[in-house]
Amino acid sequence: MHPAPSIIAFSVLSGLGLGLLAFLGLGVAMPTGWAAFFWFGLGYALILIGLAASAFHLGRPERALKAFSQWRTSWLSREAVLAVAALLFIAPHAAGLVFFGQPLVGFGVIGGVLCLQTVLATAMIYAQLRSIPRWNHWSGPAVFILAALTGGALLTGMVMAAQLLLAWLALTLVANWLLGDRQFVKSGTTLGSATGLGARGAVRQFEPPHTGQNYLLREMVYVVGRKHALVLRVLTLVLACLVPSLMLWIAPMSITALVAATVIHTLGMFTARWLFFAQAEHVVGLYYGAHQSA
Amino acid sequence: MTALPQSTERKLGLVIDLDTCVGCHACVVSCKGWNTENYGAPLSDTDAYGADPEGTFLNRIHSYEVVPADAAPMVVHFPKSCLHCEDAPCVTVCPTGASFKRVEDGIVLVNEQDCIGCGLCAWACPYGAREMDALAGVMKKCTLCVDRIYNENLPEEDRVPSCVRTCPAGARHFGDLGDESSAVSQLVAERGGFDLMPEQGTRPVNKYLPPRNRDALAAKGAPAMAADPSTDGLDGFLGWIDRTLSRF
Repeated sequence: MHPAPSIIAFSVLSGLGLGLLAFLGLGVAMPTGWAAFFWFGLGYALILIGLAASAFHLGRPERALKAFSQWRTSWLSREAVLAVAALLFIAPHAAGLVFFGQPLVGFGVIGGVLCLQTVLATAMIYAQLRSIPRWNHWSGPAVFILAALTGGALLTGMVMAAQLLLAWLALTLVANWLLGDRQFVKSGTTLGSATGLGARGAVRQFEPPHTGQNYLLREMVYVVGRKHALVLRVLTLVLACLVPSLMLWIAPMSITALVAATVIHTLGMFTARWLFFAQAEHVVGLYYGAHQSA
Repeated sequence: MTALPQSTERKLGLVIDLDTCVGCHACVVSCKGWNTENYGAPLSDTDAYGADPEGTFLNRIHSYEVVPADAAPMVVHFPKSCLHCEDAPCVTVCPTGASFKRVEDGIVLVNEQDCIGCGLCAWACPYGAREMDALAGVMKKCTLCVDRIYNENLPEEDRVPSCVRTCPAGARHFGDLGDESSAVSQLVAERGGFDLMPEQGTRPVNKYLPPRNRDALAAKGAPAMAADPSTDGLDGFLGWIDRTLSRF
């Protein structure tokens, strides 16, 4: 799949912001006054920057409000509704802490849960698609949720929780890659089933339907990423999990180490999310001769 | 709502005969023409006369080679457009309600006024039947020529999808696949029509008819062909010349 920078930026930044607001809402960290203003402001800023980035992905962004209407069937619509609900529920809790030094626990807890549900909805947009076998697996949502929680723990300075989550995130990433590698074959979709001619013999593309490019090929038959997949997987683990974990282990009390660890972790998540798209193969590629040698 | 209907009154769709299709692409051209001039945003082209032309199409013709283990290879031209699936994954993912499946005839359509161009429906379709228009920024797909099939301003023989009307080989058939007595349903039953990617669980309405088996090549050691230059057993005047000349 084409790794669109707008979607990668959206999902990484809003995931980080939602993780932070989930921690703040659930009362794991309870800053007050200016500190609360900074932390909640950071959470809101990350989510809103992410949402603005995602709007760039739309063909007709001026109609984006219509996307709130189909929450009964569409995970994308659910994501939009949940994100706004989460931001609205966190707001009174945040205002209480900023202006009065008092949390509004009810709003905070509901908002925190809504934050995590938003991340889950984002992940389900991808995990629901049978047409992209690598994404159609439970381990994808697990990575999204753990990444958000890890970001939240790092941003709120919960070092012990962060260490635990970093390790868990690393394991889940590896599981997601290795299990994902088998998904295409497991889906059972081949050029034989795509054309219905498989029972007669080996099917191969004789000539494509057109000589130029098209939307489908650009969007869904992206090949650059897989060439360097192994190097990028190692780089992802080092940046997203290993280096932040080492930094927190060496200097658990240092704010500088915490900030640096968060930044490096986020860079790692950008790599992870790029790979998430670049490695995913859509079954429509079969019609255009993908997997022909397999 | 983008919920799929439990059932539809009719299941209008296409039956495509892979035996008859000659791969001429006439249906592609007529589809592009009709759907550019009529319903919805035109199917745009970019760099149409330049080095890198590309455009939006609702119907594309692939060509495949099948190599059976015990017969000669066969080229199969393979038209592909929206299959108007009963469990259409493109419909339920739509966040705005722009994508829908009609209860009265089962046609899957996009209401272009509601489409935000997020592209998720195109991702959800395993067949590559939806294409985002580069200029209009909205999703385009086969409408089964909904603006022809019910159009009383057209002569009756033209009230079929443009691709069906155009096909010079008669490889495309249109009708109600929910009605067992319809001509298309009988054709599917007779010829063993099949679904594309049944394992994807989409339950397509459109069916494909398999290519008929080709004549087999003669086995080794079979009788000589007509072009064999042997003169054994030749009689009459030519036989006499042959025998006479052979003596020298």
